[in-house]
Amino acid sequence: MAGGGENKLKLLGMWTSPFALRVKLALSFKGLSYEYVEEDLRNKSELLLSSNPVHKKVPVLIHNGKPICESQIIVQYIDETFPGADASLLPSDPYERAVARFWAAYIDDKLLKSWLQASMGKTEEEKAEALKETFAAVANLEAAFKECSKGKPFFGGDTVGYLDVTLGGLVSWMHAGEALYGMRLFDATRSPLLDAWVDRFGSLDAAKAVLPDAGRLAEYAKKRQAEQAAAAAAN
Amino acid sequence: MADEVILLDFWVSPFGQRCRIALLEKGISYEYSEQSLAQKSDLLLRSNPIHKKIPVLLHAGRPICESLIILEYIDETWSDKSPLLPFDNPYARSCARFWADYVDKKLFDSQTRLWKLKAGEADHEQAKRDMVETLQTLEKELGEKDYFGGDVFGFLDVVIVPFVAWFYAYERFGGFSVEEVCPRLVAWAKRCRERESVSKTISDPEKVYEFALYLKDKFGAK
Repeated sequence: MAGGGENKLKLLGMWTSPFALRVKLALSFKGLSYEYVEEDLRNKSELLLSSNPVHKKVPVLIHNGKPICESQIIVQYIDETFPGADASLLPSDPYERAVARFWAAYIDDKLLKSWLQASMGKTEEEKAEALKETFAAVANLEAAFKECSKGKPFFGGDTVGYLDVTLGGLVSWMHAGEALYGMRLFDATRSPLLDAWVDRFGSLDAAKAVLPDAGRLAEYAKKRQAEQAAAAAAN
Repeated sequence: MADEVILLDFWVSPFGQRCRIALLEKGISYEYSEQSLAQKSDLLLRSNPIHKKIPVLLHAGRPICESLIILEYIDETWSDKSPLLPFDNPYARSCARFWADYVDKKLFDSQTRLWKLKAGEADHEQAKRDMVETLQTLEKELGEKDYFGGDVFGFLDVVIVPFVAWFYAYERFGGFSVEEVCPRLVAWAKRCRERESVSKTISDPEKVYEFALYLKDKFGAK
C-alpha cells in the first residue's frame, strides 16, 4: 500500500505505550505502511509538541501533514479513511457500534485505570482495593466478550474488530505483568473466554508483527521501578 | 411501539442536555423520563448496570449509554436529516471527537472542583486557573468561526453548549468574568441560544447556580 506521496502516514509513538500499540495494530491489520518515530518522552520532539500541543502525548498519527491524537480517535480515523478490502474494524450497525465504543471506553476508564493502580498504588490498601476493582472489571469484560463475539473467535466476530484492537494494545503488558507479579489479568478460571482470546489474538501474524516482547517490557518496568525507588529514597 | 425512543435523564445534566438538543435538531419524537439520582429506578439500573448513570437512550428497548456515544448513535441512526458530524470528512470527524474528549476530560472536572473545594484554598485557586485555561483553549479552537464545526451548528457545538448555562456559576465560584476570559465563546453561546433546540433545552443560569450551591452544601469540602 502507498507509503509516500498521496497517503503519507507517520506515527509518533513509544515502544512501551499500549496506546501507541493500538494504532500500530490497526495499521497492521489494515496492511498500511507508515513511518514510525520513536519518541523519548523525557525529551519530547518539536514535531510531537507541535502536533499535540494540548496533551503533548503519544500516539499521534500524522496523515499528509495533519495530526490526529488520542488512540481511540486515531483507530476510528484509520477505519474511516482506509476502508480496505476486509471488514472494517467497527461494525456497520449503529447499535453494535455504540456497544463497541462503550466497551472501548470501559477498557480505558475502568479496566486499565484500576489495573495500573493495583501495581502503582501508594499504599498496600490502595493496591488491594484497585485489584478488587480490576477483577470486577475483568468479569464485566468477559460478559461483554460473550455478548459481542456471539460464540466467534473475536470481539469483532470472525475477524478482528475495534475492541480486539483496543484491548490488543494491552496484550504484551498482560504477559509482562504475569512475569513481574505472577498475576494473570485474564486467567482460565476467572475469565476463560478472554484468556483464550489473548493467545488467539497474539498468534495472528498482523499482531505478532507489532507486539513488543513481554520480557523486554518486564525489564523496562523493573528498571523504572528501581529509578523511582531511588528517587524517592533520595528525597 | 417498535421504534420508541426514551431518554432517561436528569433536568440539569449537561450530558443529558446534549442528547435532548440532538434529538430536537433531528426532529425525533421521544419520551423524556426524569430520573432520581438519589433513588435510582429499576429501569435505569437495568439499562445501565455498569455505570448506573444518566443519560441513557432507549431505542426500541435497547439501551445506549454515555452521552458522546449516544450523540454518534443518533447521528448514524437518523442520518437523513441535520448531520451532526460531517459524514464525508474523517479528519473533521476526528477533530470533533478530539475536542469532545477534551471537554469531557477538562471542563467538567474543573467545574466540579470549582464548586466542591473551599474558596481561598490552594487547590481551589488551581481549579480556577484550570477552568480559565480550559475556556481559553476552547476560545482559541473556536477562533473566528461562527460554530466549532465551521459555518454550521454541529457535533462539537452540541457537546459544549449545555455548559454555557454554567458560566454564571463559574463566575460566582471562581471570582472571574467569563466574558473577559473568552469573549468569542460568549458570543458563540449567544448565537447558539438563538436555535430553538438550544434555548428550549439548556438550563437557566440562576437555577444552575442554585443547584451547584446545593451540591456544595451536600458534597463540598467542609
